[in-house]
Amino acid sequence: MENGENSRKKYSTEEFEEALKKKVDQKFVLRLFITGITPRSLEAIEKVRELCEEHLKGRYKLEIIDLYKQPDKARTNQVFAAPTLVRLLPLPVRKVIGDMTEKEKLLSGLDIEIINSDQK
Amino acid sequence: MVESSFEDLKVLEKTPTGIQGFDEITRGGLPKGRPCLFAGTAGSGKTLFGMEFLARGAIQYNENGVIMTFEERPEDLIKNFTSLGFDIQKLIDDKKLVIDYVYIERAQIEETGEYNLDGLFVRLNYAIDAIQAKRVVLDTIEVLFAGMSNEAILRSELRRLFYWLKQKGVTAVITGERGTETLTRYGLEEYVADCVVLLDNIVNERIATRRLRVIKYRGSFHGADEYPFLITEHGISVLPLTSLSLDHEVSRERISTGVKRLDEMLGGKGFYRGSSILLSGTAGTGKSTLAASFSEAACMRGERVLYFAFEEAPQQIIRNMKSVNIQLQECIDRGTLKIFASRPTAWGLELHLASIHKTISEFDPDVIIIDPVSNLITVGTEKEVRSMLTRLIDHIKTLGITSIFTDLIIGDEPMEKTDVGISSLMDSWILVKNIEIGGERNRGIYILKARGISHSNQIREFLLTSDGIDIIDVYKGSEGVLTGTARVMQEARMEADELIRKQQIERLEQEISIKEKLVQRQIETLKSKFETEKEGLMRSIKEKQIREEIIMKNKKKIGEMRNP
Repeated sequence: MENGENSRKKYSTEEFEEALKKKVDQKFVLRLFITGITPRSLEAIEKVRELCEEHLKGRYKLEIIDLYKQPDKARTNQVFAAPTLVRLLPLPVRKVIGDMTEKEKLLSGLDIEIINSDQK
Repeated sequence: MVESSFEDLKVLEKTPTGIQGFDEITRGGLPKGRPCLFAGTAGSGKTLFGMEFLARGAIQYNENGVIMTFEERPEDLIKNFTSLGFDIQKLIDDKKLVIDYVYIERAQIEETGEYNLDGLFVRLNYAIDAIQAKRVVLDTIEVLFAGMSNEAILRSELRRLFYWLKQKGVTAVITGERGTETLTRYGLEEYVADCVVLLDNIVNERIATRRLRVIKYRGSFHGADEYPFLITEHGISVLPLTSLSLDHEVSRERISTGVKRLDEMLGGKGFYRGSSILLSGTAGTGKSTLAASFSEAACMRGERVLYFAFEEAPQQIIRNMKSVNIQLQECIDRGTLKIFASRPTAWGLELHLASIHKTISEFDPDVIIIDPVSNLITVGTEKEVRSMLTRLIDHIKTLGITSIFTDLIIGDEPMEKTDVGISSLMDSWILVKNIEIGGERNRGIYILKARGISHSNQIREFLLTSDGIDIIDVYKGSEGVLTGTARVMQEARMEADELIRKQQIERLEQEISIKEKLVQRQIETLKSKFETEKEGLMRSIKEKQIREEIIMKNKKKIGEMRNP
């Protein structure tokens, strides 16, 4: 987690400032927490990856954490449900819980500008 | 939820909470390895219960604990509980306690599709395993309902959570906000069915009382009443502090009341040690003085006396008692007397009891005085006061402390009625009453009851003099019971009457002797008169005899002459 905090700090200073200037270039740092390799987990992973590729291509970082393997991460990331997708950047921190099957909600949950995707 | 092993059926193991009084009510604590629900309104002490359960577990029972808090931040928890005498930070540093703060902000959360609460499970499991916790507190898990919209998922997940907790074998306290129709706002009692405790904070006539009730305790006896509890500087304290049984030891020792005549009225030896004594009386009848006299006597015997004054300030008591030669200051100086004064209305009933209990345990007295007990009534309803006093008396008796309760009777109420109806709890009951006769008030004292003591049935007059208390016989006569001046006057009247009667007799006796003399004199006069008359008559008789002789002589002469 210490790494995570450091990276958060780093982003929150310089890169976040930049991100504000150019919304289109906003960098997304996402973490997806799952509990074991269940169909629901796999579903969530797939949906998130799909969405990132579609809307955030080239400007996102996605980390997938299995809480069963790293249980300490649940507390440090304030996760209580599974699956949970945490948007660490851009700030503020946002969470999307569920199997990510409702795309609209996922988009609004992550606050991704649809315009961006349209431009694409 | 259905899990029953035969072991459970045999003996339900319990986890002591260490919370004062609570383990007595539940006969040992919370059901071991099971979740318990603590439902209560805001500010009723739910979190405190949970935290104290954990802290005491870690400190007293070597059972580590995890609190998952959904509302209060760890910093706040630590701060709040440090002020109650628990060094939470140290427990955390020693790896005896884990505070896991679950932060749920609905605005940040979007729900898409199915999910479960595995994150929570993982966190809890991780925390429990990290310190081998045996105790868990979830405070207040209902926040989840506010944070997430899918109630169906939440409900099934909560069911799973509580089941999981049982499987895990931890004793869990789950707190829940009080609902209007259901016990808890979201009906948690559906899932946690083993033990349910209700906490309440009731404001009655501007005085707040915290109360606790064990609604349900599967497989165990438990006290079913509402018990007041307090939050003291040492955490929660549920009353009673001691068991409610009547199996305390009794003493055969008798102790003096400090008033010789009163001892005599009590079979010559005074009260039993460890008994409870009620001193009832209207205002200004000397209840406090009698209590003070008893205190002084106890101090003189080298006993420790704790005097709870709910009416007067200590200095005032000392000064007033000095005027009747009861030297309380000396007792205080020797450290055998302690006067503990407080205004009844200053605190709620719970706090009063707590302070009484606390002071008793600190001072360790042989005798306690509560002066007056009736003032405590202002603090709660009659029922509450009664139940509080019952527990207090029980507590005192268990400790073998002799207790005197003074009780102020107001106005025209019948003497035999005590407002709090506590007389039945008392072993001895002494009444001091005003007797109004001849334009003044005087004090009469009598013993209404004295369990196990042959006592006087007489009303005595009770005097407060500069030498102390004096009890004297009252005047009993055709005019009723007389006291004070009336008694003195009556006595004077009696004396006068007696004198008059004596004088009358004397006068009569004199009269007799005078009459006797008179008669005597008359007799003598008559006698002398008679004597004189007798003399005269005798003389004339003689004369007549002489004359007769002469006549006879002459007759003879004549006859001789005529008989030639």
